[in-house]
Amino acid sequence: MSVTPESFGGMTEALRKRALGHPGEVLIMALLVSCAAVSLITTALIVGVLVRESATFFQDVSFSEFFLETEWQPLFEPVSFGIWELVAGTLNVTFWALVIAVPLGLATAVYLSEYAHPNTRKLLKPVLEALAGVPTVVYAYFGLTFVTQEVLRPLLGTENVPVFNALAASIMLAVMILPTIASISEDAMSNVPRDLREAAYGLGSTRLEVAIRVVFPAALSGIIASILLAIARVVGETMIVAILAGSTPNMTLNPLSGVQTMTGFMLQVGLGDTQRGTVDYQALFAVGMMLFLITLLFNIAAYFFVRRYREEYE
Amino acid sequence: MASQPIILRASDAVARRQLVSRLSRYLFLGSTLIGVCVLVVLAYDTIATGASRFSFDFITNYPSRFSEKAGVRPGVLGTLWVLAVTVVASIPVAIGTAIWIEEFAPRNRFITIVKINLANLAGVPSIIYGILGLAIFVRFYDMKQSILAGGLTLALMIIPMTVIAAQEAIRQVPPSLRDGALALGATRWQSVRHNVLPNAIPGIMTGIILAVSRAAGETAALIMIGGFTFIRFDPGPPPVNFDALLDSFTVLPIQIYGYTIDSRREFQANASAGIIVLMIGVMTLNLIAAVIRERFRRY
Repeated sequence: MSVTPESFGGMTEALRKRALGHPGEVLIMALLVSCAAVSLITTALIVGVLVRESATFFQDVSFSEFFLETEWQPLFEPVSFGIWELVAGTLNVTFWALVIAVPLGLATAVYLSEYAHPNTRKLLKPVLEALAGVPTVVYAYFGLTFVTQEVLRPLLGTENVPVFNALAASIMLAVMILPTIASISEDAMSNVPRDLREAAYGLGSTRLEVAIRVVFPAALSGIIASILLAIARVVGETMIVAILAGSTPNMTLNPLSGVQTMTGFMLQVGLGDTQRGTVDYQALFAVGMMLFLITLLFNIAAYFFVRRYREEYE
Repeated sequence: MASQPIILRASDAVARRQLVSRLSRYLFLGSTLIGVCVLVVLAYDTIATGASRFSFDFITNYPSRFSEKAGVRPGVLGTLWVLAVTVVASIPVAIGTAIWIEEFAPRNRFITIVKINLANLAGVPSIIYGILGLAIFVRFYDMKQSILAGGLTLALMIIPMTVIAAQEAIRQVPPSLRDGALALGATRWQSVRHNVLPNAIPGIMTGIILAVSRAAGETAALIMIGGFTFIRFDPGPPPVNFDALLDSFTVLPIQIYGYTIDSRREFQANASAGIIVLMIGVMTLNLIAAVIRERFRRY
């Protein structure tokens, strides 16, 4: 039994009163509360900065131009700020990264949770965790010098694969999110109670049938959470797309063309010495706002799915 | 008289199901090994290209127009300085937040909001932290494009993930330890200070080290702060000078980025060698975290 207000009722109340009588205790409480406030203030600052600077942006560029135009061309005349071209770039790499990473990640999770010998699992899990620890600029370098040059070009023909293409970016993004999908899904699958598996085996199911028809559905909310988190990471990843996908906005889902994503544009502005007050600098925050809202959506959805699977079996 | 052995044979349909199931093992194993292969190829390719350039001089030299003379000294020093600021700024805040949430916070709707907020902050893209740092530290507080601005930005970025790891570690401490202290008349802080924290420290340390290794590889946020610059001096005259905190800086991952996008082919080897330096650092941190986790696995 832990000492919580629910379990101790009046007793805890008495203890709290006693604690509050102690000056040192009050000071420490105040310090701890101010630590916790930092995170809330961070969120407030993010929202505040994005809203304030975007507001300035929307004084120069109308909402209808931002959301209805289909061309993103902030640096050359005629300038045009149609966000959808950048969103399409993000969608392109996200889509292809998921096409690669979801099957591989889920297969890895099923293998580790349902098939692997405990020793094999002990050996493989740290390797996958190492993949999660690789800085993304390293993936970007590897994608540029190896995946595009040594794999995609010989395989698909040099004339078909431009130096900067969405496919190489998607492949490296897939490698980046593979551990996220595999380890959260594996966690969810391992948490499925043994009884369910044994009941299915008792009815004559094979290992594959248990994995696909029993464990997989039972772990579904955790699996969905892992994919949502992976999407949020892909959408927000910067270095891989900035280096591999190029900097030409392009409204296409074709993986073999160069695209610019929302983060790619933001980095491009960050690399130049853009002065405060110019419309490029403000556009940075308007695009940032869009990016923040999209990742917020996926993060919060993932939070609720994670909580659901925790509640189901723990 | 030998008894006839009874042979149970699966009929066609069942045999097929069992065969498919047996084969599926190799399909799943194959998929798992793809991730492992990528890591191996990545490591091999990097070492094969970068080994020739990787040397002591490479770490201690300033950047140069000549690829054989160029080094990553400003990046290495910049990374160390920025991380020092990040660690000092983030650790107390992160541990304090985790203690408050787990041990003191009232269990009501407010705490749910605090937790959702943390989960979301942990998923906010690093480039958003970059533009936050740009607007707040660089411009508003006028720290310029300094080590201090970079370190504080990364601190904000790693606080959420450190808090979540520390919360996990604090939750692992058996309630009996708290109850015992409280029953003996300790105040709540005394029980946290003397019973909960000492037992949660290994888990908290693991979380901090992993977060710092994430910060060590961070590129985008620091480019937004203005870390993509050509630096030919060491921050602050030696031995240690706190004015250095306001010096401009670059970090190792940004130097790797610079070498990667360099159109001159001979600089690719420098990018690889830089990656070797960075990965040695990051993997060492990860290894230390893993060792602490295994060493103190108790409850």
